Formats: sequence, C-alpha cells, structure tokens
Amino acid sequence: MADLALDRPAGRPSRFIAGLRRGGLRLWLGSTLVGVLMLVALLAPLLAPHDPLEQDLMSAQLSPAWTSGGDLAYPLGTDSLGRCVLSRLIYSARTAVAVALIAASLAAAIGIALGLIAGSFGGWVDQGISRLIDVWMAFPPVLLSIVLAAVIGAGLTSVIAAIVVVDWTRFARVVRVETMVQLKRDYAAAARVIGLSRGAILRLEVLPNLIPLMVTLLSVEMGIAILVEVILSFVGISVAGDTPTWGGMIAEGRQIVYQVPWIMALPIGCIILSVIGFNLLGDGLRTMLDPVQRR
Amino acid sequence: MRWGEIIRRLVLIPPTLVGVAVIVFVLLRVVPGDPIAMMIPPGATAADVERLRAFYGLDQPILQQFITWFGQALRGDFGHSISVHQSVFELVLARLPATLELALLATLIAVVLGTMVALLGIQLRGRRAEWLVDGGIGALLAIPDFLWALILLLLFGVLIPWLPITGRIDPEIDAGFHSNFYLLESLLTGRFDIANALLHHMILPALALALPFSALVARILKASLAEAEDQDYAQIARARGFSRPKILLGEVFPNALIPTVALGGVQVTLLLGGTVLVERIFSYEGIGNMAIDAVINRDFPLIQGLILTFAVLFIALNLVVDLVVTLLDPRLRHG
Amino acid sequence: MTAVLTVHDLHVAIGHRGSATNVLRGASLEVGAGEVRGLVGESGAGKSMLGRAVLGLLPANAVIAAGTIQFEGRDLLAMPEPERRRLLGRRIALIPQDPMTSLNPVKRVGAQIAALLRHHLSLARREAWQRAAELLAEVAIREPQRVLQLYPHEISGGMRQRVLIAMAFACDPSLVIADEPTTALDVTVQRQVLQLVERLRQRHGAAVLFITHDLGVVAKICRTMTVLHAGRVLEEGETVDVLTKPRHPYTRALLAATPRADRPAEALRPVPPALIENLWAEVHRLDRESAVVAS
Repeated sequence: MADLALDRPAGRPSRFIAGLRRGGLRLWLGSTLVGVLMLVALLAPLLAPHDPLEQDLMSAQLSPAWTSGGDLAYPLGTDSLGRCVLSRLIYSARTAVAVALIAASLAAAIGIALGLIAGSFGGWVDQGISRLIDVWMAFPPVLLSIVLAAVIGAGLTSVIAAIVVVDWTRFARVVRVETMVQLKRDYAAAARVIGLSRGAILRLEVLPNLIPLMVTLLSVEMGIAILVEVILSFVGISVAGDTPTWGGMIAEGRQIVYQVPWIMALPIGCIILSVIGFNLLGDGLRTMLDPVQRR
Repeated sequence: MRWGEIIRRLVLIPPTLVGVAVIVFVLLRVVPGDPIAMMIPPGATAADVERLRAFYGLDQPILQQFITWFGQALRGDFGHSISVHQSVFELVLARLPATLELALLATLIAVVLGTMVALLGIQLRGRRAEWLVDGGIGALLAIPDFLWALILLLLFGVLIPWLPITGRIDPEIDAGFHSNFYLLESLLTGRFDIANALLHHMILPALALALPFSALVARILKASLAEAEDQDYAQIARARGFSRPKILLGEVFPNALIPTVALGGVQVTLLLGGTVLVERIFSYEGIGNMAIDAVINRDFPLIQGLILTFAVLFIALNLVVDLVVTLLDPRLRHG
Repeated sequence: MTAVLTVHDLHVAIGHRGSATNVLRGASLEVGAGEVRGLVGESGAGKSMLGRAVLGLLPANAVIAAGTIQFEGRDLLAMPEPERRRLLGRRIALIPQDPMTSLNPVKRVGAQIAALLRHHLSLARREAWQRAAELLAEVAIREPQRVLQLYPHEISGGMRQRVLIAMAFACDPSLVIADEPTTALDVTVQRQVLQLVERLRQRHGAAVLFITHDLGVVAKICRTMTVLHAGRVLEEGETVDVLTKPRHPYTRALLAATPRADRPAEALRPVPPALIENLWAEVHRLDRESAVVAS
C-alpha cells in the first residue's frame, strides 16, 4: 500500500492512541523523568533555596538536613565553599538541559542534512559522505571530545561543539539509509513523475516520514549530550567559571569523597535518572511509532 | 583465501596511521591554544619564550613541522613532551602496560560475566523470568563506564571502605619490578601477595569498564543463541535424544559465538576508550589518565603520541577480532 | 506381533485459546516391524506434524489434545522425558528434509556422527570415529576417512543427505521416520537416495515411515501407504491396492493430478472443486463436534 502523505492525517488520532498503549511502561516512565528534569531546569530560580554561587564559608561541608550536624536552611548540605548543594544541583540541571537541547538539535540538524544529501544524491556524493562518516567513527569519541574542548577552550561553545562533532554521525547514518529507502517507494516515484524537484520531494514527502524516527534519536542524543557534558566538566573543560554543572560537582566531590561523599553521590543520581529517562523515552517512542511506519 | 584479505589489511595499516597522524597534527596546530604560553614561568622574557618555541619547533611553518616530526617518528623518535620533559616514546611505553593490564582484566571479567548471563537468559527462554534478564542487561547498558566507576568508587571505596580508590599499588610497597607489567610479572614470579595488592587496586576500575561491556556481550550472545537454537540442526539434535543443556553448549554455542565475537569484539575499542575517564577517576597511572593531562596542558607531542598509540591499539584489536572470527567459522576459511 | 509404531486418534492443535488451528484431527496409523509405510497428503495435510509428534518436535505452541502414540507397546506421550530421550535417535530415528541446514556448520562431519554414537552407545572416541567411517562406507561415500574430517559446506547436497541417512541408521533403530528426504534433491539424486534407504533398511531390519507428497516415491519404495487430508486419514492399505483401486474420491483425484511420464499432459484432470468443498465441510463438522480446540 503506497504511503501517500495525503493518507496520513485521516488515520492519525486512533493510531496515535494505539501507539501510546504500545509504548507502555517505558514511555510513561521516560516522559515522567524527562518532564521532571525539564520542569526543574525551567523553574530553577523558583525551586532553588539559595543562589548557587553564593558562598558561606562558615557553613562549609555541612551534611544533609536530616542528619546530625545538618541545617534545615541547606536541605542537602553544602560543599567546601559553603555553597548550597541542592541549589547547585538544580541549576546544574538547567545547564545540562540547555546544553543537551542545543547540542542535540545542532547534531541532528547537521546529521540530518548530510544524511539527506547522501541518501538522495547517491553516487560520488554518497560515497564521500559515507567515507567521512566511517573515518569519523574510527576516532575514540571520549578522547576526541576532550581534545576538541581543550583546544577550543572552556565555555559553552566548546562543549556544544564537542558534542555535535562527536555524535552527528548517529543521525547521518540513519537518515541516509531511510532517505534511500523512502525514495525507492512508490509515492516518491509518483512525485517525480508529477515534476517535483528533488528538494521539494525531500521536504514534502521524505522528511515528514522521517520525523518519528528523528524524534526518537533526538531523545537518545540528549541523553548522550548530558553524558558528554558531564565528562567534559569532570575533566575541567566545560562551561567557564562558577557555573554549576553536575560534572563539576562530581570532580569537586571526588577530592573530598571520604569526608563528604554525598557531594559526589547526588549529582551521579541526577545524571543516572536523566539519562535513563531519555533512554526510556527514546525506547518508548520507538516502540510507539515503529509499527505505524510501514517498512 | 581469507588470509589474503588479512595481508591486505596489514598493508593498509601504515597509510591509515599516517592519515591519523596528519589529521591530529593539523587539528592541534590550527585551533587556538598556545602550549608555550602555558608552561612559561612568570619571570620569563620574550627572548625566553622565543627560545622555547624554537626548541619545540613551533616557530616553523606547519608543513615543515610535520615533515620534521614524521622523519623523526620513522626513526622512533616521537619528540619530547612539553609538560613532562621526557621523551614521548619513553613516557608512553612506561604507562602503556598499566592500561593494557587493566583493559585485559576488564575484558576477561566482561566475557565471563556476559557469557554467564547470556546462558542464564537462554535457559529461561520463553518464561516470564526472561524479562528480568533482559531488563537487567538493559539497565547495565544504560549506565556508561565512567558513571559505573563513580558509583563503584562510592559504594566500595567510600561507603563500605573495602577497596582502595587511588593508584596502581600502595605507595608503601616497594616491589622492585623489572617491567611495567606489574600484575603479569608478580603472577609469573609467584609473588601472590603483591599480585593480590595489585588486584585490589585494579578490581574497581576493571569492573567499571567491564559492566557495560558485559551487558553488550550478554545481549548479543543471548540473541545469537536464540537464533542458533531455532536452526534446523539444533532442532534435529532434539530428535536425536540430546538434552537441551547439551544442545545449547555443544551445538548451539559454537555457532552463536561467531556473530558475538564479530559484533562484540569490535566494541572492545569502546572499552579501551573508556580507560581515559576511568583511569582518571581512580587516579590509575595508565595512558588514559596521561592523555587527559596532556590535553589540558596542550602538550602536542604527547597528545600526538598518545592518539597514535590508541589508533594502533584499535587497529590491532580489529585485526585480532577478524582473525578470531576466521578461526571460529570454518566457512570463512575456504575461499 | 506388536506394531513398532501405533498412532491412535491423535488430535493436535496449534495456537492459543481462541485462535487455535487443528492440524491433526483424530489421525491413526500403524507401522509394523520392518514395514515401509508411506504417509502422503498435500502440503498442510498434517503429515509432517504427525512425524514431529512422534519425535517430540512439535512447536512450542502446539498441544496434543487427545490420542496416543505407542512405540513398541510403550506410550511415548506419557513417558518421562529422560526415558524418551533415550529412545530418540537410537530406537526411533529421523531422516530430515533439508540437507543444507540439517548439519551443524561449524563441526566436522565425523564429529557430528561420533557425538551421536558416543551419546547413545557410549563408545570411546576412537571407536566412535571408526564406526562413523564404517557408516559412511555403508551409504556409499567414497574415501570415508577423508570425508569425516570435512565440514558440511565442503561436501555436496547429495553427500550431506547420505550422511544424514547414515546418522539415522547409526544406532540400529527399529523405526526410521523419513521426513520428505527427497524433496530438496534433484531427480537423479532422488533415486540413489531411495535405493540407499531401502538397502539400509533391509540390512538393519528397521521399519520406515516415509512422509512425502510425491506419489511416485511412494510407489517405488513403500509397501503400504496412508493418505492424509486436513489432519485425518482418508484411506490406507497396500500401496498397490491404494494406487490402482483407490476407494476414496480424494485419493482418485490425487492420483489423477499426479504428473506421469506415460500419459500425455492433456490427460491431467484437476481435482473437482465440489470434492474439495465436501471434504472441508466434513472437516468443519468434525471440528465442531470434538472438543479439540486448546483450552
């Protein structure tokens, strides 16, 4: 059955609901985790009890409020410089989400663009881009991102650049294959017969069919972006200055892990929940959307 | 013959390495960041800076620098580290065994663990408990190696202070090693007390590296076992009176091993890449840890040497994996 | 004299409650010692299922709803699993259909035969390989010692089938179930295989249940035959009788539709549709009457 773009709106609502049911536990769990993360990032100024950069050396290395020696003013304690751990955690979420959104979108944009070009032009163009992808993937990603970030210098730009540079191939490969598959379909041939230009075909026919897949990949990519950001800030080459990041908190916490273990433990927990959330969401989305896309 | 292809791959190695070297070389010099500026002491004069720059050849055009470096490299001279003031070659050679031992131990753990989980999973095939195994594998895979390193450090180094979390060996022990393969040497010379101490330091980083990889092995192996079990020859073995465990181990496993090694073997490169962070987290003195310092210090010669080392290891690993697959699958050996 | 194999009123269904398909509807047959019985029917008639039921190779979602299978007087279905495994491969053997996929691709031919011998006859390694060479000679494979060392992909399809036949007769079974052993082979090889099976059968004194859809094969090698349609027996008896004086109209139609070298093509008469309708009406009546659907 030809997958005419005109066909889809009619059947969509019921398919959507069936898909939601199919997505199951993973979808709900994932959306909840990601949703909470987004909310925390968005409402950081409202949620955080203190300014994350504010130091109070008199209250350094306090343990969480419910333990002895804790202070209710600092619910999760303080670090070596007396900064509120909870507030730093919350604002780090903001950094993480910002980096994840921007970097993942950029990686997606570049990857999708190159993938579309490779898939639709074929021939030399495809060969060239495919070889580029192969070579690119031969580099160890962690080392590559560290080298890049170190070389460009600290700051949001370098972190985002590192993430994009390392992982655009994820989108490119998938999009390339999908484009080639879609272009072989009947509806694409029909569009060519009508006389649509290549660009129009891509925009009107192929791209809409790719969207579900892209959304899934984007979710996974955001999880990866968070991890890369954590790695870079752990190593010391992430966003500049005092800006709180989970990775930075881990690095600081590592130094004093015997005295105040929770400073390292809490960010780890946040990272794990976020990454699992994005993975589950991506997984759930994939299950939900897969049968809808006729292969 | 398959062997011809392997020879062809061997021949392609040098050009690939040169390609890697060129890319790294250019990348490092084209983007901003001046290593000299980072290492000069406060009271240095402009003349001092110029002298240093000339010493490291950084005042010459890029092409000239590359030719010089390449010529020296061919002779085994990979230059001098800017931050550590030692020959790059010696530095890398000194720390490489530590990383190799760690990676090897991690791979061993991962293979054993992954195989056991896969076999358990295939035994439970079709039953409700299989979902637990799949879920467990998924959970292990979702958490990357450096996060595992941090978790393990917290759990078994701090909260339950059972294992050390720094370095390769206790500083008090003076073992007088001849090589830098501490673990291997202590095992071979029968000094098990020292080997024990070494393992105490290695077990947490090795486990951190091993856990995600073991999940990968388990997933691929379990899927391969399931697919192989559905093949005709395995079904017919049931009609011949063999029990399921016997069929799984004797008939199915050797077949399932082939795609597992092919797909999973390559992923050992990921494990190697993971040593960069994991070594850092545990302050383990391997090349991964050194790489981070080198990058932060913009130590070009050292960075180049290290990236080349990783590239050589990756290529060698891919070759070994292909060789093993050829050994395992008789169909690949004959034309 | 007890029959080697007695299948009585076997009902087998596949699938889960609500959507089960009956594949065997009260089929019964008997194979005496040394008898060569053909089991014929069109594709989907259930003949393979019957063979599989005897060997315990039914798919996981199959249910034996009723009936008994007796081997040399012992109830196969009620037997404990370890005891049944002792019989399979030793007293009851299988010649499988597809020689290309029925041998383990990563083990040498000799290793596979020897493993069977060692498992059932507890032979030592050297004895087992020795006996394996003898078996290969029995199935007219030249240079048995050399072939033992080869892998399945290094020998031809015809040779592989001979290895499978050798493995079937390896432990001196009293019943051999041949599941369409000639279907995957070309005509010239077919004849050799049939001759081989006949020779080995005589030498080892085994009974054979020959499952096939090819009436020509049945005519050549089977003394008795059973006609199966839609999971039940329509007719059975001496092959000569059934083929020359068929009693059931379906058998007559089957014979008429069989291409023969001595008749011109125009003489081929298709099976009258009315006959098929009647047959299926009867089947559905049987299904409604019996409480066979898996519950």
